[in-house]
Amino acid sequence: MTGRADAADSTQADLSAEIGKIRAAYEEAAVEETQPRLDYPPYRSSILRHPTKDLHHADPETIELVAPVFGHQDVDPLEADLTIQHTGDPVGERMVVTGRVLDGDGRPVANQLVEIWQANSAGRYIHKRDQHPAPIDPNFTGVGRCLTGPDGGYRFTTIKPGPYPWKNHHNAWRPAHIHFSLFGTAFTQRMVTQMYFPGDPLFDLDPIYQSITDQRARDRLVATYDHDVTQHEWSTGYSWDIVLTGANATWMEPEEDQ
Amino acid sequence: MTRSELVATPGQTIGPFFGYALPYAESQHLVPAGRADAVRLTGRVLDGAGDPVPDALLEIWQADPDGQVVQQPGSLRRDGHTFTGWGRAATDNTGRYSFTTLLPGATTEGRAPFIAMTLFARGVTNRLFTRAYLPAPAGLLDADPLLASLEEGRRSTLVARQDGRDLVFDIRLQGEDETVFLRFPGHRH
Repeated sequence: MTGRADAADSTQADLSAEIGKIRAAYEEAAVEETQPRLDYPPYRSSILRHPTKDLHHADPETIELVAPVFGHQDVDPLEADLTIQHTGDPVGERMVVTGRVLDGDGRPVANQLVEIWQANSAGRYIHKRDQHPAPIDPNFTGVGRCLTGPDGGYRFTTIKPGPYPWKNHHNAWRPAHIHFSLFGTAFTQRMVTQMYFPGDPLFDLDPIYQSITDQRARDRLVATYDHDVTQHEWSTGYSWDIVLTGANATWMEPEEDQ
Repeated sequence: MTRSELVATPGQTIGPFFGYALPYAESQHLVPAGRADAVRLTGRVLDGAGDPVPDALLEIWQADPDGQVVQQPGSLRRDGHTFTGWGRAATDNTGRYSFTTLLPGATTEGRAPFIAMTLFARGVTNRLFTRAYLPAPAGLLDADPLLASLEEGRRSTLVARQDGRDLVFDIRLQGEDETVFLRFPGHRH
């Protein structure tokens, strides 16, 4: 663990140097990582919050091999449109974000809950702790839900979120992102992540995005602009598929099959 | 059959602003608090300095009292009667969370019953899995494959303690009594 720097004391240059050092060591080691590091000191809040002991291997038992069930009584189809939750239209770039939720074998995760939340187009969350002096949009809450279809498909209509400042270090800004919460067919596939937009100039500067040390893995969080999803005189479109860890069935395969 | 071919999408921290998005009315009450057989599962989430983590989100997933795995919708809009086995609770300013639920039965005869748990928080870059075992006779806990694979000091971090009608299960992200967090097959670094 590096020394616990006082967040406000670090400049972006300090932070970028720390990020660069970890990246160089990762490339030197040449052992592929696909998930974020729990211990990633440039993300200051992780310093006292990452487990210091190795995660302990466990074979999933009955309850962990299945997932909670959500149905149409849980989620109204209108919850997938974040632009119609108030009396007026929200400000910003209307867009559709769509894709599929798959397991590690590429099988669709059908009828499962997807939840999203995000800042408005000015980079402000409707949350009492968000003190960023950007305008609240009275027509945008930034919370959506849907159930995946039989093909694992999800689709949200929303507003492109803005980047926003945070207190990790001096002049710290998060790249624009949408938070995604996902369930699989097994409890062990539960995950929460963030979807980003292509070409964001803040990627290299952001210790949360960079907590994933591998470039290919980071790329998996970036949506693709998709003109086939874009709608004539209505909204832009982005595609983003999500792959959950493993698959229920593969865990039950006898070892000798491998 | 081949092993998983697609590489999983990376997780990211839940961040500080999920509080208006993920918790919902009754999300932490799997059953109404007034129900005769309801128990409270409660505890605190603490960081490496022993300070409360006021912006964590916990989810539980469990069998019903007969040890049956429940596959019932309705967790997001509870009807007050259906037990769905799943719930979600955010920590408060003192790092405390609280669920109202039923005691799960053993899903396999002779096994120690537990509640599966997932933790998310600002500063935690990816979800953490753990288990809260119900207090049970030592013999039952000794026979559990996961608990048996842990040394005594670490094992106790996974067993809830009875306090009157409450089950108390604290989660320590670091330190002497750091909670055991789990890696399941298929999970990669």
